[in-house]
Amino acid sequence: MSLSAREEILGRIHAALPEEARDIAGSYASIPRLYHRTGTLDAHARLDLFIDRLLDYDTEIIQVQTEKDLPSAIERALQHFDRQRAIAPVDFPAEWLPAHASVQLDHALTVDQIELADSIITTCEVAIASTGTILLIHAGSQGRRILTLLPDHHICLVRRDQVVELVPEAMAAIASKSSSPITTISGPSATADIEMIRIRGVHGPRSLTVILYGS
Amino acid sequence: MSVRVGKTSSAPAFPIAAKSVLQNEQLRQNVHNATNIIRGKRAQRVQEMPDWQQLRQSASDIKAHTLAHLDHYLLQFERNCERAGGKVHWARDADEANTIAIRLIRQYGGDGPGLEAIKVKTMTSDEIQMNTALEAAGITPIETDLADMIVQMGHDEPSHIVVPALHKNRFEVAEIFRRTMNLPDLSDTPQDLANAARHYLRDRFLRVKIGISGANFAIAETGAICVVESEGNGRMCLTMPDILITLIGIEKVVPTFQDLDVFLQLLPRSATGERMNPYNSFWTGVTPGDGPSAFHVILLDNGRTAQLHDERERETLACIRCGACLNVCPVYRETGGHAYGSIYSGPIGAIISPQLQNLEHSRSLPYASTLCGACYEVCPVKINIPETLIHLRGRIVREDQKTLGGTLAVENIAMQAAAKIFLNHRRYEAAQRLARTGQILFERRGQLTNLPGMAGGWTKFRDLKPIPAFSFRDWWKAREKTNAAREDVH
Repeated sequence: MSLSAREEILGRIHAALPEEARDIAGSYASIPRLYHRTGTLDAHARLDLFIDRLLDYDTEIIQVQTEKDLPSAIERALQHFDRQRAIAPVDFPAEWLPAHASVQLDHALTVDQIELADSIITTCEVAIASTGTILLIHAGSQGRRILTLLPDHHICLVRRDQVVELVPEAMAAIASKSSSPITTISGPSATADIEMIRIRGVHGPRSLTVILYGS
Repeated sequence: MSVRVGKTSSAPAFPIAAKSVLQNEQLRQNVHNATNIIRGKRAQRVQEMPDWQQLRQSASDIKAHTLAHLDHYLLQFERNCERAGGKVHWARDADEANTIAIRLIRQYGGDGPGLEAIKVKTMTSDEIQMNTALEAAGITPIETDLADMIVQMGHDEPSHIVVPALHKNRFEVAEIFRRTMNLPDLSDTPQDLANAARHYLRDRFLRVKIGISGANFAIAETGAICVVESEGNGRMCLTMPDILITLIGIEKVVPTFQDLDVFLQLLPRSATGERMNPYNSFWTGVTPGDGPSAFHVILLDNGRTAQLHDERERETLACIRCGACLNVCPVYRETGGHAYGSIYSGPIGAIISPQLQNLEHSRSLPYASTLCGACYEVCPVKINIPETLIHLRGRIVREDQKTLGGTLAVENIAMQAAAKIFLNHRRYEAAQRLARTGQILFERRGQLTNLPGMAGGWTKFRDLKPIPAFSFRDWWKAREKTNAAREDVH
């Protein structure tokens, strides 16, 4: 009987690599990692850097003090669209939503219902100052993936103490949840495929608002 | 088993293909403009990283380690992906991978006509000519990356690893879109063109139930896949369909989630000169209630395992397809990608394409380089491309020498003779004397301008200084003699 593709490919790899004592874990652990893995900025400078990076990628920023200010901040962000059809994940804290705007929660919304929404409001897991990136672990108040994909406007709440300085710090923060669906978002969707000119907004949300709150 | 890389088997040799593209002023202008912009942005974004060299070193070490234990990490990936509800398939070559993909699509969508699949940019699928195979099986592939749409709608070939339609300017793109999307009034501003793409694809994203993707990284430790993109078409293809098929070259596996510390910093800055690209998606198998309910991975060999034997050749498998080496290459910048006759173009293409096919095709590509080393300098995973080009040139020569035609070739005879002459100083000096006499016939105003035979290839475009009447060696000998005479006097 002929070998399966799996057996054949593994056999070829095995035949090609030198037959040596294979302490794979030891060899992996000895890989030098001399790049920066922890940041050096204080909280103030870190937030300034985050804001600078967000602005560089055309992200709108609304800054407020505490959780109590969130409903009015969200209301301001929603005024982008005349019709204000907004949705939020089912676990999104109801007390943060503005009283006047009717925000539909994701009680198993259909694709058509999500496609009709103008805005989606979520929280995030962690954010990176040096790259202006927010990371979503798709569960709870960060919502399933489709929620932050179809609506044209994403409003994301970022608590100030969720902002880290460097990429490795963010990866370490989410490592234990790394089997969940994860999306990292840096500004609105974009392309530079035509003459390398950056165009904001292709298929993902064309507008991104970050609301910074907390201490 | 037959390894196939795009259309390389029927492509003309590089010097022939380059000749015709060099006549195309518009194309050269487009390539110059685009590569200049990316180069500048990349340099700026790399400069602000104080630990860039340390990141490169770690990336290089992680890749070397993974490739040295590739079987271990592939099996670990397979175990973890399947534990999370994915199904892993193995494909020895292009045909086998296409057969698996078509079988999966037919199993899901039935035998009827009108099946469509949405695709997010995957070079690997171009390598195995998946679109041609799908079309032959009655399945319509829909490319969703803006540049890939331009290439597909224009019946064109990709000319760059990251920006496949970089050889087209806005006017040419607008022309293709007007025709294909039936939008006669479409303007040629990039913003309008991007909006047209959004509108055109929107209902396809909502309607089509089969998605096909490539992958930037497969994580052994968790069984997760990572796709790096900008437009959101990737998120669409990974999230909206019922069934997702992901095609991955076996070299794309990395040991742990933590390794992406390194690659997610190196890749966007090298590829597009961004601190971070707009979207990275990670997913592991199937997540109930979120995304596709069926997930298949096809692990592709297609000539990769044959590169593992030799450490110099193995290093090429570390490539993360950032395209930085294309943008800085003085050859690529003049010819663009099509002259390479392979979907893998530029310096990295000049070593990937011939190696995947064990030097059966693309044999002219290792010579399509000035060996200036700019590619090595910008490579985020430190692939020593110039060394590999020389290594491959050596292999090609040695292989040619094994054939009668190769042994008797003028170049081989000349090189063998030169080697003998350079080995011995008496022969070398005799040859110099002979050349000094012979060159008189070709000397014009102190320059050699029109040498005969193979040497004519050089003097056709450049003048050559003649061998001087008095060489350094002659001068040295005379000096020694004078010194000795002086010693005698004292």
